[in-house]
Amino acid sequence: MSVTPQIMPFWRTRRGQDRLVSAAIFAALSAGGAVIMLPFFWMLSTALKRAEEVYLSPPVWIPNPPQWENFYTALTRVPFHLYAWNTAVIVALVMIGTLLSCSFAAYGFARLKAPGKDLIFLLVLATLMLPGAVTLVPTYLLFNRIGWVGTILPLVVPAFFGSAFNIFLLRQFYMSIPAELEEAAKIDGASVYRIWWSIMLPLSQPVLATVAVFTFVGTYNDFFTPLIYLSDEEQRTIAVALSYFSGSPRIGPQMHLMMAAVTVSILPPLLLFLAAQRYFVRGIVMSGIKG
Amino acid sequence: MKTLNKPGDVVLPAPGVRRRRGGPRSREALHAYVFMAPAILGLLLFTLGPVIASLLLSFTEYNLLSPPKWIGPANYVEMFGEDLFWQAFRVSAIYSVVSVPLGLGLALGLAVLLNHKMRGVTFFRSVYYLPTVISGVGVAMLWRWLFNAEFGIINVLLGTVGIDGPAWLVDKHWALPALIITSVWGIGGTTLIFLAGLQGISQELYEAADIDGAGRWSQFRNITLPLLSHVTFFNLVLGIIGALQVFTDAFVITRGGPNHATLFLSMYLYQHAFLYLNMGYAAAIAWFIFIIVLVLTLLVFKSSPMWVYYENERKGAA
Repeated sequence: MSVTPQIMPFWRTRRGQDRLVSAAIFAALSAGGAVIMLPFFWMLSTALKRAEEVYLSPPVWIPNPPQWENFYTALTRVPFHLYAWNTAVIVALVMIGTLLSCSFAAYGFARLKAPGKDLIFLLVLATLMLPGAVTLVPTYLLFNRIGWVGTILPLVVPAFFGSAFNIFLLRQFYMSIPAELEEAAKIDGASVYRIWWSIMLPLSQPVLATVAVFTFVGTYNDFFTPLIYLSDEEQRTIAVALSYFSGSPRIGPQMHLMMAAVTVSILPPLLLFLAAQRYFVRGIVMSGIKG
Repeated sequence: MKTLNKPGDVVLPAPGVRRRRGGPRSREALHAYVFMAPAILGLLLFTLGPVIASLLLSFTEYNLLSPPKWIGPANYVEMFGEDLFWQAFRVSAIYSVVSVPLGLGLALGLAVLLNHKMRGVTFFRSVYYLPTVISGVGVAMLWRWLFNAEFGIINVLLGTVGIDGPAWLVDKHWALPALIITSVWGIGGTTLIFLAGLQGISQELYEAADIDGAGRWSQFRNITLPLLSHVTFFNLVLGIIGALQVFTDAFVITRGGPNHATLFLSMYLYQHAFLYLNMGYAAAIAWFIFIIVLVLTLLVFKSSPMWVYYENERKGAA
C-alpha cells in the first residue's frame, strides 16, 4: 500500500473509509432487520397480553405480567393436538414420498443412458415454469372421480411421483460423484438398484437433508391443497385451522389468543430453520447458481 | 434415402451398434426407464394430462352434477365480457408490476450489503431469510393484525411520527398496497439467491478495478450488475410466475375485498372452481393465467440477449 501522508484525516484513509462503510452497512442492516423482526415482536407481545390490554392506545409494548396461560387457552379451546397430528401425518408422508421418488428418478437421469432421456428431463424441468393454476381443476376432478376428495391421498400420493426442482437438485449432485465408486460395486455384481440404495443414497445425505427441509417447510405452510381437498373439520391441518380461527366464536375476536396460536404455529419451521440453517443455504446456493 | 426392407433381407446392425436383445445397452435403458418411471408417470398424470384436460375443459360447461357439455369458446367470450374478470386481471397486473421489480431491486441492494465482509453478517442473513421460512397462514393472520386500522402496530408507529395512517385492509385504495408491503417483507429468498450469485463473482475483478481507480458505484454498474444478470433473469422469471399466483395472502388477509380491491386472478379462479362449481369457466381462467405467464416468460427470454451477460459470449468476442 502507498504511504499515507500524516496530515490526512482518519476518514480519508483507506482503512478509515473501509470502517466507515462497514459501520454504515451495519447500521442499514440493523434498521432493516428491526423492520423484519417487528411483526414477530408484535405477535409475541400481543400473545402475552390480557384481553383488555390488547386494544389500548398508546399500546402496551411489553405486557406485565406476561400471560403465559394464553398459550394453554388457545391450544385447548380448539382441538389443536388433532390439527398438529393431521399436519404431522401429511408432512411425514410427503417427505418420505419426495425423498424416495426424487432420488430414485434423479439417479436414472444422472447415471443411466436411454433414448429420449434428455427430452424427458427437459420436460420435467419445464414444469417448474408451469403455473399450478392450470393443472388445478382437472387434477381436482380426477381425485374427485376416484373418490379421494375428503382424504389425505391427494396431498400425499403426488409426492411419490417426484417433483422437478428436487429431481434437478439431486441429479446435479449425483453427476458430481465419481463413477469409480459404482464401478467397484458393479464388478462385485451389485444391481443398479442396489447401487442406488446402498451407495448413492448414503452419499447424498447432505442434499437429501436440503430436499427434506424445503419439503417440510413447503408442506407445513401449504394452505391451498388441504383447503380444497379436506373439507371435514376433523381433518384440518394447522394452516387451515388457523384460517378458520378468525371466524370462530371461541377464538376469533380475541386477538391475544389468536396471536398465541399463530406463535405456536410458526414454531416448527422456525426451530427447523435454526437447527438446519446450512441445509437451507445449500439449497438456495444450488438453485441460484445453476438456474 | 432410406428404403424399406423387403422380407427376407438380412438386416445387419450398423457397426458399433448392438442390436442384441438384452445386451448391456438395452438393459441399461430398461433400468433407466424404471428409474425415471415415477417422474414420467407424475409428469403424465399430474402435469401434461391435466394441462391438456384443462384446455379441453375450458370449452365445456361442467358443474360436477351433469356430464361436461361442449360449448365452444363461450367461456372465454363470457370471461372477456365480465367486469369482475377485468377487475381481477387489473389487481394481478398492478400487484405484479409493482411487487416484482420492487422486490428484485430491494433484494439486490440487500444482497450487496449482506455480501460485505464483516462481523455479524451471517446473523443478518438469517434474520432476512426468516420470513421466507415461516410464511403461510400464521403470518397472514399476523399481517391482518399489524394492519389493523386503529390498534395495528403499523398505524401506531405512523402515529408517533404524526402520520394518520390509512384504514389499510378495509380501504379499497390501500388494501392492495398493504399486500404489496407484505410481499416485500418476504424478499429473503430472492436476496439469498442474489447473494449466492454475488459470491460466485471473482474478487480479482474488483481488485483490478480498484487499481484502475474505479469507484464503488462504477464497480457495481460495470462488474456486479452484468455478472449477476443471469441470476436476475432467474429471479425475474420465478418472480412473475409467483406474483401471478398469489393466493394465501389474498384469501386470508383480505378475502379479496374490500369491494374486490384485492380480488386476484387466483382468487377469482378459486371462487368459480370451488364455490360456484363452474369447472369449465375456471379452466378458462386458468388457461388465461397460463398464457399470460407464457407470454411474459417468453418476453423475458427473448429480451435476455440484450441484458443478460454470459461469460462464454465474452470469450467468444475476444
